[in-house]
Amino acid sequence: MKLDRRDFIKISGATAAGIAVSGLGFDLKQVKSHAGMLKTRYAKESTTICCYCAVGCGAIVHTSKRGDGRVMNIEGDPDHVINQGSLCSKGSSIKQLVENENRLTEPMYRAPYSDKWQTVSWDWALNNIADRVKKTRDESFEKTNAKGQTVNRTTKIASVGSAALDNEECWIYQSLMRSLGLVYIEHQARI
Amino acid sequence: MTNHWIDIKNSDCILIMGSNAAENHPISFKYVTQAMEKGAKLINVDPRFTRTSSKADIYTALRSGTDIAFLGGMIKYILENNLYNHEYTAAYTNAPFIVGEAYGFKDGLFAGYTKNEEGPSAGSYDKSKWAFEMDANGVPKLDRTLKNKKTVFQLMKEHYSRYDLDTVSKVTGTPKEDLIEVYKTYAATGKTGKAGTIMYAMGWTQHTVGTQNIRTMAMIQLMLGNMGVAGGGVNALRGESNVQGSTDHCLLWHIWPGYLKTPRASNNSLEAYNKKWTPKSQDPLSANWWQNYPKYSVSLLKSFFGKTATKDNQFGYNWLPKVDDGSVYSWFDIFDSMYKGDVKGFFAWGQNPACSGSNASKVRKSMEELDWMVNVNIFDNETGSFWKGPGTDASKIKTEVFMLPAAVSVEKEGSITNSGRWMQWRYQGPKPLGNSRPDGDIIMELGQRIKEAYKKGGGVFKDPIVNLKWDYETNGAYDPHKAAKEINGYFTKDVTVKGKLCKKGTLVPSFAWLQTDGSTSSGNWLYCNSYTEKGNMSARRSQQDAPNNIGLYPEFAWCWPVNRRIIYNRASVDPKGRPWDKKDWVIKFAGEEKDGKYVSKKWIGDVPDGGWYPLENPDGSKRKDSKHPFIMRKHGFGQIFGPGRADGPFPEHYEPLECPVEKNSFSSQMVNPTAVVYNTKADAHATCDPRFPFVGTTYRVSEHWQTGLMTRPQPWLMELQPNMFVEMSEELAKLRGIKNGERVNVTSARSSVECTAIVTKRFKPFKIGYATVHQVGVPWHYGWRWPATGTEESANLLTPSAGDPNTRIPETKAFMVNVTKL
Repeated sequence: MKLDRRDFIKISGATAAGIAVSGLGFDLKQVKSHAGMLKTRYAKESTTICCYCAVGCGAIVHTSKRGDGRVMNIEGDPDHVINQGSLCSKGSSIKQLVENENRLTEPMYRAPYSDKWQTVSWDWALNNIADRVKKTRDESFEKTNAKGQTVNRTTKIASVGSAALDNEECWIYQSLMRSLGLVYIEHQARI
Repeated sequence: MTNHWIDIKNSDCILIMGSNAAENHPISFKYVTQAMEKGAKLINVDPRFTRTSSKADIYTALRSGTDIAFLGGMIKYILENNLYNHEYTAAYTNAPFIVGEAYGFKDGLFAGYTKNEEGPSAGSYDKSKWAFEMDANGVPKLDRTLKNKKTVFQLMKEHYSRYDLDTVSKVTGTPKEDLIEVYKTYAATGKTGKAGTIMYAMGWTQHTVGTQNIRTMAMIQLMLGNMGVAGGGVNALRGESNVQGSTDHCLLWHIWPGYLKTPRASNNSLEAYNKKWTPKSQDPLSANWWQNYPKYSVSLLKSFFGKTATKDNQFGYNWLPKVDDGSVYSWFDIFDSMYKGDVKGFFAWGQNPACSGSNASKVRKSMEELDWMVNVNIFDNETGSFWKGPGTDASKIKTEVFMLPAAVSVEKEGSITNSGRWMQWRYQGPKPLGNSRPDGDIIMELGQRIKEAYKKGGGVFKDPIVNLKWDYETNGAYDPHKAAKEINGYFTKDVTVKGKLCKKGTLVPSFAWLQTDGSTSSGNWLYCNSYTEKGNMSARRSQQDAPNNIGLYPEFAWCWPVNRRIIYNRASVDPKGRPWDKKDWVIKFAGEEKDGKYVSKKWIGDVPDGGWYPLENPDGSKRKDSKHPFIMRKHGFGQIFGPGRADGPFPEHYEPLECPVEKNSFSSQMVNPTAVVYNTKADAHATCDPRFPFVGTTYRVSEHWQTGLMTRPQPWLMELQPNMFVEMSEELAKLRGIKNGERVNVTSARSSVECTAIVTKRFKPFKIGYATVHQVGVPWHYGWRWPATGTEESANLLTPSAGDPNTRIPETKAFMVNVTKL
């Protein structure tokens, strides 16, 4: 029997309601317990905190120990004191955020006046960005302002982001930007 | 949040206004529901009937942008009916303070106003006119009876005497009987032992009076004795997983990590800087916690520059950039400057301004003026690909774009901080997909290359770059533990503090150990205590509650400051240290008592907001070794009168920049006289304009998140919410001949967006005076890049370039639009 996702939801919903043998004529108990074993036997478990809103719900990530080493499943963490296993529609779909064919997987570059992206190496991208930063900064650096006060800054480079970074990344990012003399530093909290 | 998510369950009355928690913070409703099961009332005030409304005991609507009128009416009701908490208000708030003679308020303007001739800010105040009267010792004069005509209490009473039910109802469109029911229900939390809480979000912040919306509620919370207590507080429901942490670490122009000030050009030395920003109180009973400012600023500089920060070079103070006094460098100002061609290089790191910035057409257009852009993200987005967006001609756009693929959160390790200030550690599951990399690795490597370029090739003012401490690596890869430890801070030499020898290289136990002499580092004093010699506090998982059993879970994760789960918690006890609420108590004094006096110090429950003795002994005598509970305020009191705000010490109703009424019923000041409004040719505005007759507002749905970039490329979520839509009442649909499901155009003075019409009973026309006012709502989750059809666009194309004078947050919750059939 071929089941699509909707049918499966119907069936699993029915079993959750306590009907062990579905109207389709087979016992889902064994299927469920086997599925449960798969994720523990063949997966590494790690805990995470949901990447969407700021309630801070806990989730458990099951990563395959075999094959491609990718995410098999992500579900609410029952031992997390805030969400106690629950997740909302977005939290429940984090697996699709990670394992998503639309993701960027290579650095890309768009040249002036070009109508396309070209794939580039990390080495090339980072060297060229460092070069642009240095050039713009050095050309625009203001040691003093119109009143003659020491300001040591550039207003020709700006940065926005990010509430999507981890705390540690935020900290090193702001220290790098401020060491370059940026004053235009903003992010999501402003909007 | 002053409190935290689980604590909502301790509330007796929950007001959800300016947010839609059931849909946008769904798991928070676990605790709203638990409170209701114990008898709490849920009140919801929203222009639109939402899933939150469907669960509420009381629901009523107001027109977008009239919250101060609504809440000002509540203040009047509380005062007139004597429902405020007398003891709390007199003891812990600045209601008894005497305001100086120079203060005044007339026809919508406070004393000290000057209209600005140029720049985006409409006007400004000389705040010295709002100063308190001081006694000979420089301590504020108080009248604890609250009877003096110049007390904050009496001035507040006078100010809100104008907010009568008729006027409030006429402005908000809320029926009078609904106003009374909401006021009466919420004001009941003024009773000692009862707690009311507010859950708000961008529905309050995104207005030209955003800050004052929240202040009005903060005043109510203080008057009702709801601050510091379990089930109380002022609780912003923050919308992004780490927007709290990224704010704490200050990816913002005006603050340095830990809410220190960005230095002004006039702060020409470290000494001048510390002097300028360290508040002084002459009151021995005021903790004035910010008196420790120099310890935090010097420790931060030590984290920036490590060994190269020395006393002789002012710990590198002059290596860091200064902003001009009186100038603002906010989001709006970045894009205004970029639009004018004055910004050449741009990082959009984990953010999608082409859809998230208000007046997004201007934002997108300004990107064409850049020489280069670096766009770091998980998915291609409307920002990185702006040059091929609708209406552009790539062959005419010079901007070079570097698009770097970032790892998803579960592919890396590090911490984030939730809205309740809980810092929580996450672990790596899979490795980053393809050639994507964790942001931390990208930042580290970019920093290395920039440092190398300056070391090798020289360059302008290279000291801050080459001296920047940049050793957050293990075996050549970014190590989040090293960064987390730096944020906590180290002892940089052997030093004896509080009689204890602290060894060089060990982690500082908490911010009480930080020093001004460079012997400590701390990247963020608020996070000092998060990663100590005892380990990574944010990774803790104990499910054991504290003895008061109110859901503090003190050993689950870690929260700032010093793991205090409810801040201002010394206001949860009376001056003798006994909890106002005997059942759901937060802290209580447990020191020994002898002959009516306390003789030893001990608090139990949450980490107290300072461990001093209570203000009074059991026999009622006052103690000289105590402190007022609001320790972050200079004088130690909760601020009912807020003399630091740009737009006045008391909130006042002004209409949104774009509004449907020709007159402000409270004064002849139509719009906030200090609002920020931009005026390039890309910044059109239209108020009371027959071309745009309907109020527009933006909101979110459960299935998408922010600009949608982290949800639109996903099949399940897109299936659930596939289209940009506009929600409208049946009355408006009939008026315009629009059917449910039809495509329509929503147009503002800035732009036009095609939407699917959703005709519901959730919006109802408002009665504003004798007029009928229609309001519509649009979600702001869409953008042309995903879905691939390119037809679903951003609601921010419609929103205006105008904002709050304190924060410069845009007014995206109230603007004027038209809706027409395609």
